[in-house]
Amino acid sequence: MSNQDKYNDVFARTFLINIDELNNLSYHSVTVWDSIGHMLLISAMEEEFDIMIDSEDIFEFSSYKKGKEILKKYSIEI
Amino acid sequence: MEVSGLLSGKICLVTGTGRGIGRLIAERFAEEGGIVYAGARKEGSIDEWAHDCSVKNNTEVIPVYFDITDYEIVKKVIQKIISEYRSIDVLVNNAGVVSHELLGMIRLDNLRGMIEVNVVAVVNLIQLVSRVMARKKRGSIINISSIVGIRGAKGQLAYSATKGAVISITKSAAKELAPGNIRVNSIAPGMIDTDMIHSKTDSNFKDRLAGIGMGRLGRPEDVANACIFLGSDLSEYISGQVLGVDGCSVL
Repeated sequence: MSNQDKYNDVFARTFLINIDELNNLSYHSVTVWDSIGHMLLISAMEEEFDIMIDSEDIFEFSSYKKGKEILKKYSIEI
Repeated sequence: MEVSGLLSGKICLVTGTGRGIGRLIAERFAEEGGIVYAGARKEGSIDEWAHDCSVKNNTEVIPVYFDITDYEIVKKVIQKIISEYRSIDVLVNNAGVVSHELLGMIRLDNLRGMIEVNVVAVVNLIQLVSRVMARKKRGSIINISSIVGIRGAKGQLAYSATKGAVISITKSAAKELAPGNIRVNSIAPGMIDTDMIHSKTDSNFKDRLAGIGMGRLGRPEDVANACIFLGSDLSEYISGQVLGVDGCSVL
């Protein structure tokens, strides 16, 4: 599975949404991406890519697109 | 003490195991079958004890040396546990500092330092570990507060403020983490018979002892046993609670 597929899969299984809905997804744009959803998303990303994301990056991880930029800092190319 | 494997196979992280209550919590967890990451500050200081404890209980007690206010190192400790066991089932936030200063004599630098250790570092550990627990959608976080965090005490304004904060943190974190099936509870010890209390307690010691319904100081084991209950599945429907371990204290 490519990193792109893994990344999409984490969003899809955390928020139970279709992959074709991901591109414009952002924090609070859907009810499931609330503060608890955010923690679950970060937790799932960390598990999937075997990383620990810094607090500042957790705050910045505000959308599907932004998340890709942040993961680059951890040498994860999406 | 009867051993019944209440923590069998659970991955536990206990901070402040260099002595006193934290040491006993780690020992009792190991006796109950837990795999214990035992936190201490001084490199090498608990190696021998951890080895003996592992052998005696046929489990693993793994020393991890870190200052809980060194947030980079804390992160590395959590990463180490994930790499070795993929999960954390129980976190006991026990490490802390205490001071005895009457109002008017409180050094603000001491107060700030105490808030960093007793409050900020605790929040940091809860944030990090709850994300690990969220992966398995289960876990138990136990924050050691103090009876003075509920009732206050002369000469302990600063300490009681930090322990009151620990109680508030516990209740709020419990509410936020309940949907993820992560429980957060606090234990509020009364006067426990440790080196710390003998070295720090004021001249009103006898008066305060008289205020304990059961007429004796608590033992570190009393606190450890409460931790076992909250860390085990026996308490799987209990969260956001503050359990006093104080011998019916009226302080």
